[in-house]
Amino acid sequence: MKRISLRKMAKNQQGTITAVKVAGDLGRRIRDMGLVTGTEIMIQGRAPLNDPVALRIRGNTLTLRNNEADHIEVEVDE
Amino acid sequence: MNKLTLALTGNPNAGKTTLFNALTGARQHVGNYPGVTVERKEGEYKKDNFQAVIVDLPGTYSLTAYSEEEVVARDFIANEKPAVVINIIDAANLERNLYLTSQLLELKIPLVVALNMIDVAKDRGIDIEVAKLAALLGVPVLPIVARTGQGLDALMTAAQDMVEGRIAPPDPAKVKISYGEDIDQTLLLMTDLIREKALFGGKYPSRWIAVKIVENDESLIREVAAADPDLGERLKIEADKVADHLMKTFDTYPEAVIADHRYGFIKGILKSGIITHHYDKNRLYTSDRIDKVLTQRFAGPLIMLLTLFSIYQITFSLSALPIAGVETVFSWISTLVDGLLADGALKSMLISGVIDGVGGVMGFVPLIMLMFFCIAILEDSGYLARVAFMMDRIFRIFGLHGSSVMAFIVSGGIAGGCAVPGVMATRTLRSPKERMATLLTVPFMNCGAKLPILALLIGAFFAEHQALYMFAFTLLSWVVALVAAKILRMTVLRGAPTPFVMELPPYRFPTFNGLMIHTWERTWQYIKKAGTVILLISIILWAMMTYPGLSPEKKAQYSKERAQVNALYESDSEEATKLFLKIDNQQQALTLRNSIAGRIGIAMEKVTWLSGFEWRTNIALLGGFAAKEVVVSTLGTAYSMGDVDPEASTSLGQRLARDAAWSPLVALSALLFMMFYAPCFVTVVCIARESGSWNWAIFSILYSTTFAFILATSVYQIGRLLGF
Repeated sequence: MKRISLRKMAKNQQGTITAVKVAGDLGRRIRDMGLVTGTEIMIQGRAPLNDPVALRIRGNTLTLRNNEADHIEVEVDE
Repeated sequence: MNKLTLALTGNPNAGKTTLFNALTGARQHVGNYPGVTVERKEGEYKKDNFQAVIVDLPGTYSLTAYSEEEVVARDFIANEKPAVVINIIDAANLERNLYLTSQLLELKIPLVVALNMIDVAKDRGIDIEVAKLAALLGVPVLPIVARTGQGLDALMTAAQDMVEGRIAPPDPAKVKISYGEDIDQTLLLMTDLIREKALFGGKYPSRWIAVKIVENDESLIREVAAADPDLGERLKIEADKVADHLMKTFDTYPEAVIADHRYGFIKGILKSGIITHHYDKNRLYTSDRIDKVLTQRFAGPLIMLLTLFSIYQITFSLSALPIAGVETVFSWISTLVDGLLADGALKSMLISGVIDGVGGVMGFVPLIMLMFFCIAILEDSGYLARVAFMMDRIFRIFGLHGSSVMAFIVSGGIAGGCAVPGVMATRTLRSPKERMATLLTVPFMNCGAKLPILALLIGAFFAEHQALYMFAFTLLSWVVALVAAKILRMTVLRGAPTPFVMELPPYRFPTFNGLMIHTWERTWQYIKKAGTVILLISIILWAMMTYPGLSPEKKAQYSKERAQVNALYESDSEEATKLFLKIDNQQQALTLRNSIAGRIGIAMEKVTWLSGFEWRTNIALLGGFAAKEVVVSTLGTAYSMGDVDPEASTSLGQRLARDAAWSPLVALSALLFMMFYAPCFVTVVCIARESGSWNWAIFSILYSTTFAFILATSVYQIGRLLGF
C-alpha cells in the first residue's frame, strides 16, 4: 500500500481516495462530484493528449484535468 | 388567483428536463433570471383537479454557491417558497445524487423525491428498496421512468397530497446530519445566535445558515453581512475558530469535513439494506464500450472531426432551400409593397428598412433551427461531453474550455458558418469566463457572409493563388480568434480556469419530443428579437443611407436626363433600358454620397487613410455592420458612380482592380479589416442577450474594430514602406 497523487495513476489502476487537499471553488466542485475521502476509484482512460483523465467512480464516469488531479491523494496497491 | 408553484431540482443528467417536458408538454415558457444568464423555464401542469406551474430549476450537484446556477436554485427555493420541491435523482447513480438531496433536507422544505431511471438501474443489477429509502429520508420517494412516463401520475399525486396536507412535510428532526463533534459544537453556538436575532426573518433554517457559513459559502456570508453586519462578524469569528482548529489538528478544511459527513450520512442510509448490486460496480456497460472507440487516442479525434464536419455540412446544405424559400417570400412581399404604395419615403423605409432588415434576420431561421437540432442531438446523447473531454487540452492553452470547439466550428471554423448560431451555441458551456471569451471571439471566424467579400477581393487582386489565399485566411481567423481569447482571459476576463471536473454521462438515445422542444424554444427566442431590436437598428441604418437625399435641383437634373432618353429612344428599347439603368445607378450613388452614411464615410477618411481606405470603402464598411453581405452590394453602388461609358458593363471586381484608389496592398488591408472588425448587428444583439449585458456587446464592437484597424494599418503602412 502506498499513497500517490491521482495524476500518477496508470490506466485501469484502482485506489481509494485518502485526501482532497484543496479549498475554494475547485475543492468544492471536486467534493460535490463525489470525490471524497474513502471513495474507491479506477482510472478509465485519458484523453488523446493525455489530459484530462477519466475515472470510474461508483459505477459512473467523471473527468478532471491533471492539474486538478494533483490535489487528490490516493492509496493504491503496489 | 394565486397559482400553485412546484419546483424541479436535481443533478444535470438525472433526467430533469425529460421529466419537465413529460409533465408540461409544450406549455412552456423560457426566460432569464434577473441579472444572470441562467435560463428560467416554467410550464403548466394540469390533471383532473390539480393544476400547478412547474419551474425547472437549473441542474446542480449541490447548493454550495459554486456557480450562478446553484445560487439561482437556492434563492428560488428560499424566496419564492414553492409549494413542493420535486427532487429528481438518478437511480443508477444514487450515492452522488443523494448529496443534493441531503442539502435539500436541511433546508426543511416540502420535498418529494422522484427516483428516476429505475429501469436502467434494474438493467445494471441495482435493486432499490424504495419504501425503506423513503422512511430513512423522511420524505415520499416515488420510482419513475421519465422517458416513458411511468410513475408520473403517482409522483404528482404525492405532490398534490403534500400540498393539500394529506402527507406531512418532512420532519427535520428526523434527519439531522452530524458533522463531527467540533463542527456540531460550533453549529449549536451559531444556531443560537442566529435564532436570537431572527436573521432573514426565518427565510432559511438557522442551522442551515450556520452550516453554510462554516462551509465558507461566500454568497451567503455576503448576504448575512448585508442583513446584520454585527451578527455576521460574530458568526464569522466562530466559523474561523473551528476552521483554525481543524487545520491544526487534522490538516483539513471545514468544507471537506462537511462534505465527508454528508457522504457518510448517505453511505449510512445506503448500507442499511436499501441497495443491492448484483454485478461488479466497475463492470463496463454498452456505453463504456462505445467510449472505448469514441474516445480512443486516434479513432476518437478522427470520428469527432467527421461528426463536427457533417453537422456543419448538414446544417448548411439542408438549410439552403428553406432559406431561399424565406428570401422568396420576403422579396414577394417587397414586390407587393412596391406595387401597392406610391414612391416615397414610407415605401422606401418599408422595403429597404423593414422588409429587408427583418427578412435578413428571418433568413437565418432555418439555419438556426437545423443547427440547434444537431446540437441538441449531440448534447442529449452525451457526445458533447466527450468532445469537451478530447478538445480540452488544446483549448485550455488559450484560456478556453473543451466545449468551446462547437461554437468556433459553427461560426465558420470551416469557412462559411455563421456567428449568430455560433454565439448561441456557447450556451452549452457551463464555465462563465470561458464562455464569455468564446462568445467574444467566435465572430472573428469567416462566416458565410464574409465569403463573398473574400471571393471578390481575392478574385480581383490575387487571382493566381485563390485557393491558397482562402485557406490562409481561414487559418488566420483561427489564430486571431484563439490568441484574442487568450488575451481577453489575461485581461478583462482574467481569472483562474473554471474547474473542469465533469461527468461523462452514459450515452442515451435523445427523445424526439425533447429534441423538438429544445430546437423550437431556442429558435423562438431568436425570432422574437427580429421584431424588436433588430427592426429598430435596421430602420436607423436605412435612414442613415437615405437621408438627407438629393437637392431638388439635382433631382430635376436626373428627371431631365430621363426625359432626354425618352425623347431619343423607344421607351422599351435596349438602349433606353441601359441608359435608364445608368442614370439610376448614378442617382443612387450620388444619394449615397450625400447621405449621413456618405458624409460619415468621407469624414472617416481622416483616419482610414492610414489603412488605405477611401470614403466609398468606408460606407461599405458601415453597411457591413447591418450584415456583412451588404459590403459587396454597397461597394457596387458606390463604385458605379461616374461610370460614364454605358457599354463597359464591367464587373465590380474589374472596376476595383482598375480604380486608382485600390491596389493589392489596399485589398489586403481591406480584407483583414473586414474579417476582424465589428460583428454584424444581429451577432451583436445575440452577444448582448447571451452575455446578459449590452456592455459586453458594445465592448465586442469596440475591441474588434480597434484590433482590425491596427492590423490593417500596420499591414498597409509596412507594405508601403516595403514599396508595394
